[in-house]
Amino acid sequence: MNENTLRMTNISKSFAGVHALHGVQLELHSGEVHALLGENGAGKSTLVKVITGVHQPDTGEIYLNDQRIHLGDPREAAAQGISAIYQELSIFPDLDIAENIFVGRRPTRAGGLVDWRRMYREAEALLSSLGIHLNLKTKARYLSIAQQQMIEIARALSVNARILVMDEPTSALTLNEVADLFRIVRRLREAGTAILFISHRLEELFEIADKVTVLRDGGYVDTRSMDGVTQEDLIRMMVGRTIKDMFPKKEVEAGEVILRVKNLTRKGSFKDVSFELRKGEILGMAGLVGAGRTEVSQAIFGVAPADEGTIEIEGQSVHITNPGQAMQHGLALVPEDRQHHGLVLPMDITDNITLPRLTHFTSRGWLNVKDAHGAAYQAATQMQVKATTVWQKARELSGGNQQKVVLAKWLSTNPRILILDEPTRGIDIGTKAEVHHLMSDLAAQGIAILMISSELPEVLGMSDRILVMHEGQVTGLFSRSEATQEKIMLAATQAV
Amino acid sequence: MTTDHPATSKRSLFSFFAQYRELALIGFILLLIVIISLQSPGFLTFDNFQDILLNISILAMIALAQGMIIITRGIDLSVASTLALVAMMVSFVLKAYPETPVILIVLLGIGLGSVLGSVNGLIITVGKVPPIIATLGTLSIYRGLVFFYSNGDWVNPIDLPSGFKQLAKGMSLGLPNLVVVAIIVAVIAYVFLNHIQAGRDIYALGTNPEAAKISGIRTQQVTFMVYVISGIICGLAGVMWASRYEAAQTNTALGFELQTVAAAVIGGVSMLGGIGTVPGVLLGALLLGIIQNGLTLSSISQFWQLAVQGFLILLAVISDATIQRRIKTTMTRGFAK
Repeated sequence: MNENTLRMTNISKSFAGVHALHGVQLELHSGEVHALLGENGAGKSTLVKVITGVHQPDTGEIYLNDQRIHLGDPREAAAQGISAIYQELSIFPDLDIAENIFVGRRPTRAGGLVDWRRMYREAEALLSSLGIHLNLKTKARYLSIAQQQMIEIARALSVNARILVMDEPTSALTLNEVADLFRIVRRLREAGTAILFISHRLEELFEIADKVTVLRDGGYVDTRSMDGVTQEDLIRMMVGRTIKDMFPKKEVEAGEVILRVKNLTRKGSFKDVSFELRKGEILGMAGLVGAGRTEVSQAIFGVAPADEGTIEIEGQSVHITNPGQAMQHGLALVPEDRQHHGLVLPMDITDNITLPRLTHFTSRGWLNVKDAHGAAYQAATQMQVKATTVWQKARELSGGNQQKVVLAKWLSTNPRILILDEPTRGIDIGTKAEVHHLMSDLAAQGIAILMISSELPEVLGMSDRILVMHEGQVTGLFSRSEATQEKIMLAATQAV
Repeated sequence: MTTDHPATSKRSLFSFFAQYRELALIGFILLLIVIISLQSPGFLTFDNFQDILLNISILAMIALAQGMIIITRGIDLSVASTLALVAMMVSFVLKAYPETPVILIVLLGIGLGSVLGSVNGLIITVGKVPPIIATLGTLSIYRGLVFFYSNGDWVNPIDLPSGFKQLAKGMSLGLPNLVVVAIIVAVIAYVFLNHIQAGRDIYALGTNPEAAKISGIRTQQVTFMVYVISGIICGLAGVMWASRYEAAQTNTALGFELQTVAAAVIGGVSMLGGIGTVPGVLLGALLLGIIQNGLTLSSISQFWQLAVQGFLILLAVISDATIQRRIKTTMTRGFAK
């Protein structure tokens, strides 16, 4: 068995001045499954991309068997025996199984002709070494996610991968499929492959991993043997920080229930989600990326209605099938991806703010530009949007100011229920604090706020109550006083 | 392993047509032949079919190039202008030097076409301009160059040497040369797209560009390549066009690019990329040719020809979209059960 060691020291990487990684180290050995753990945004994906040559680190060195190597692109990484299976599968839906495995390196005969027979023979051998039997001429689009994943593993093996990175390989698999995957992972470990395994499901790591490295906020925390740690240890290492009293949350007496969601279900996205939201309350929705929180909020707002379940607003059962109806019921949704869903970037601030209620400024089909301008000016001033004029284009604004415009836009509709999806993602600390202040003020005015956030400190600091989701289901509901980072992480990573 | 979605168990009518588009097309073509031959007795004759083949040869060649580009999720709107520019330039050369060997003219046309195709490829890969915009630009530029180059003049049959006129019209192997050339192009395209590394990379790029990059495929080079190939085929087609019609005009092949897109799409090339076959595109071109011929024989107005063509495009795209949606639904799997 070949001994291989990949060692990374002092890896740092910044994007546009934001530290994604600083001073991270990692050591992978043959025949070892090494787990990489961290919260959303801890830097795991960036580290994976450095290992696979997609990103080049700003500082730090990478050694393979004590030889310093440079990974300029994925091709060079593959040449060094480093392969990755990404969360977003890199499957070619319209190519067949064999070609999916050998894409980019098809065996050829004289004259440069693709040697299909050899390709099928070798694909067959590879798949049976993994204990998989499929018709090799099937197009990948007809395979299940689990089967597609196996194809990717076979592809990695076909390039003699010595180091295999698996980014959340189990996130879309059923329990049986996970068992199959682990059988293959163990087989690879025995064959001497070094495996870097990323998963949010802590219980899985105890089953499959030998060692674990924890990252937090782009920094290195520790590397431990899995034998010596408990689930609680890992959570503490991931969460780490203490929350200073940095959140300007005002204590507000919660009013009557304004929104009641019962047994909301949409096949494939979420199941049996029930909760209540009161006037003046901020309800935090915590969970990992992909837990189904955004989908629930979109179901409530009518973007993608649920299949089953009921929604009541002020005790009245409502049936909302599009955002226009939701707005009539006093709902507003500030979406997660402001560039795609929140703003029309080429339009100016006035147009963006007045977009949801243009009819308000229209008489006999004629838009009263002066009124619209005035209203936009007022809303933008109230939100302290930093711009030269309200005619400035949205795309010219900073992330924080864009978010303020989105907020101004929805607040100008005078909502009673405000849904905020990741309200402060990607904006600077100063603007973040302003947004938090505003949320607190709005709640004090009696507006009910449903806040989806993947940042635990924000959830803990701003919410009156916290609802935790995991894989489409509600796995915890905590009051402000009883919630801790550990409890939320546990509920967010463990199925009920 | 667990197989809740057995790989090949789907045998619905939909997946049948998804996998055997060519058979559906053949069925449709046969049906058309029966209908038209009942209407016009002159249709089902050897001479008429030779005529149809002659008429669709150039369309088929360029539709193959167009199809290949659409497989990469691109489009080449400049094909007709490229053809016209090359036809005009080689005709001017022949007018000035009538004794130029025909083979040199063919090579000149291919060379000019590859240059024009490279310009498209560079604008798209280096300039990062979306293909539809880039080739919309060169559509006008190349057409403008035809006017510039010719000063609005035509090259007439009398200006062209008879040896050159024989290039398209002469017979070999019992078929007109033009048809033979189209068959050769089709065979090369078939081998290239099915048995050559670079040809297979075209499908990989079209079906998942991100994954193609990760898999080490040089996606920019592949993209550049398909536009150069398109230029080469259009160059060859330009020479054949000038030979067949014994003329080069400023409005040569005006609007022809839309027919090539139509043939490719009707032949089963997906506008979403990644899907399309050489036999499919050839059948698409044949179908268009038969309709044109049949409607002309039945002296039906050109409006109906265009309307039928448009109807077929919509039918093809709607059925593709329906098939895609069906496949997607069967593929969607949720964790909340």
